[in-house]
Amino acid sequence: MQTMTNEEVKRAADFFTKEIAKLADGKSLRLMEVCGTHTVAIFKAGIRQLLPENIELVSGPGCPVCVTPNEYLDTAIAYSRKSDVIITTFGDMLKVPGSSSSLAIEKAQGADIRIVYSSLEALEIAENHPDKKVIFLAVGFETTAPTAAAAILMADEAKLTNFYVLSAHKLVPPALRALLTAGDSHVDGFLLPGHVSAIIGLEPYEFLSKEYNIPAVIAGFEPLDILQSVYILLQQIRYKAAKLENQYSRIVPERGNLAACNVLSQVYQEADAVWRGIGEIPKSGLVIRKKYQAFDARLNIPIVVEETKEAKGCQCGNVLRGLLLPTDCLLFGKACRPEHPIGSCMVSVEGTCAAWYKYGAGRWQV
Amino acid sequence: MSNERVQLAHGSGGKLSHDLINQIMWPAFANDILGEMHDGAQLNIDGCRLAFSTDSYVVKPVFFSGGDIGKLAVCGTVNDVAMNGALPLYLSAGFVLEEGFPINDLQRIVTSMQLAAKEAGVHIVTGDTKVVEKGAVDGIYINTAGIGKIMDGIHISGKNALPGQDIILSGFLGEHALAVMSERHGLQFPQSVISDCAPLNGLIENMLRAVPRIAVLRDPTRGGLATTLNEIALQSKVGIMLEENNIPVSSAVQAACDILGFDPLYLANEGKMIVFVDKEFTNQVLDIMQRHAYGREARVIGKVVKEPCGQVGLRTRIGGVRLLDMLVGDQLPRIC
Repeated sequence: MQTMTNEEVKRAADFFTKEIAKLADGKSLRLMEVCGTHTVAIFKAGIRQLLPENIELVSGPGCPVCVTPNEYLDTAIAYSRKSDVIITTFGDMLKVPGSSSSLAIEKAQGADIRIVYSSLEALEIAENHPDKKVIFLAVGFETTAPTAAAAILMADEAKLTNFYVLSAHKLVPPALRALLTAGDSHVDGFLLPGHVSAIIGLEPYEFLSKEYNIPAVIAGFEPLDILQSVYILLQQIRYKAAKLENQYSRIVPERGNLAACNVLSQVYQEADAVWRGIGEIPKSGLVIRKKYQAFDARLNIPIVVEETKEAKGCQCGNVLRGLLLPTDCLLFGKACRPEHPIGSCMVSVEGTCAAWYKYGAGRWQV
Repeated sequence: MSNERVQLAHGSGGKLSHDLINQIMWPAFANDILGEMHDGAQLNIDGCRLAFSTDSYVVKPVFFSGGDIGKLAVCGTVNDVAMNGALPLYLSAGFVLEEGFPINDLQRIVTSMQLAAKEAGVHIVTGDTKVVEKGAVDGIYINTAGIGKIMDGIHISGKNALPGQDIILSGFLGEHALAVMSERHGLQFPQSVISDCAPLNGLIENMLRAVPRIAVLRDPTRGGLATTLNEIALQSKVGIMLEENNIPVSSAVQAACDILGFDPLYLANEGKMIVFVDKEFTNQVLDIMQRHAYGREARVIGKVVKEPCGQVGLRTRIGGVRLLDMLVGDQLPRIC
């Protein structure tokens, strides 16, 4: 795709948008892009405007920071206040508001919180600070979980006794099942996350078409990938042939990444998990297996966590389930802005509300 | 703001920086010259027009691919003075050193300042050195201030943008920020990225001698191209429309951005400039820029439009249009 000229890209985009409009034939359709990276890619490319008005793209529960519940943040914040703890985290967790504080606020008040770009960097910090307990905030889906698992295996091999993981890893397919079981999201088709699929392969999504008769396509992240995936969904909808298709086959092998899955299952096991706005979903999270429990922060570093409070008026939960658009929230763009976020969806670069705000929804008139 | 504390994002050059300046600094210091909100102050002393600018450099690590804190401290301030349409002449240099900092490193940094000053044709004529106890600063911080003579007949201002003008960018985006990041975090990118840190005053002098009617000059440092253009759109009360296809991003930077999730339009540059000029002069300015080592890849990236006032839009490769907002947070502290 990189070898296409600008003209070829434009021509292909024109073809897909025209065909999509034809296939939709004026019918109102709701397609859900599950993954936050897709939400951002859709806005970045200006795809929303290219699609006919009757096709609505709604974001799903696929931004890891967004679906992380307040209780987790409160726990991380409580740990950061301990003088013998160094918190290591990806940058986008910093500004997410917990019940009464955020990691950014704690950092400004002197907590030792360090931004890392990989779990291995956190491991290095632990090696260099043997007198401190280094806690890695492990947030993310099937894509990032294997790297956290690898870090635990390396820490085990190096016999590190001061490296801990506070795990909030989540799994995508169980969340989709929960959305469909609840039955109020009214989704006509799913754009499935390409990167997650590269790890888990196709099989975990088979239930979408088999049990729920919903069209689904694993989509890449280039503008043309997304347009083509919407086109594929529209064909399935039009010809009533719901199935699972793989548009992103250049990256996503049918069986996923076996090596990554092995590392994952070696260290983690499935467990029920709480998702912000959705609640507890059976077997939708990952906890550290008994063998590696010495690295589980919750089990090894006792902490008292404040009572969880949810922000008043925040609609993140309904946005994450695709029930509301960000612009439907009374706080959006007013009290809740990227520089002063009230809900998690306004914080993460992949947050639905942040993407809507950043790329101009409701603000940019051509 | 009174109960809050300073956060890293207050220094990002984005929205929070603007809030801090507007709410804390501006009420105390307000005056007409400061109110211009340019890269430096434009002064008129007994009929002599001068440009005056200052900047503090806290980059971490102090040495990176393509430069170091010393080169940055000279080039950054030289560029800020030059963006006023001035010929930079003299710099000051203030050092804050941490107890225990290697003298050899200090020597390397000072030599690099000497070389950069020589290339830019400026002299460092006053200075200060302080040493603080271990832990009070991180190695070395440098402050430089610069003064220069504004060229006759030249009036550069962020308020000069007018609908119809072309917007020229002098080269590839994002190289400085990624070079520093890769050094700091030991990141291996598919291709190596070298900081673009360079003094632009020579190129600017050539441009202004040929086309005195250049309207706006600005270097897209912290906050990157997107934030700088938003500032100009607000100051000039105009709209800006960019063409994604025309914005130069090298494959090395794009690959690194894809891995890290950064947007090159928001990454800091230290050797690039944005030029607003009336259409009739565009080719002349481009020609001069492309003949200079620091403007080889210069090209028109968009134009000034009337509406929507104060906003920047981007026409994407596939023909969609979206808002290009100012940088809000800061994932990349201490980049300069």
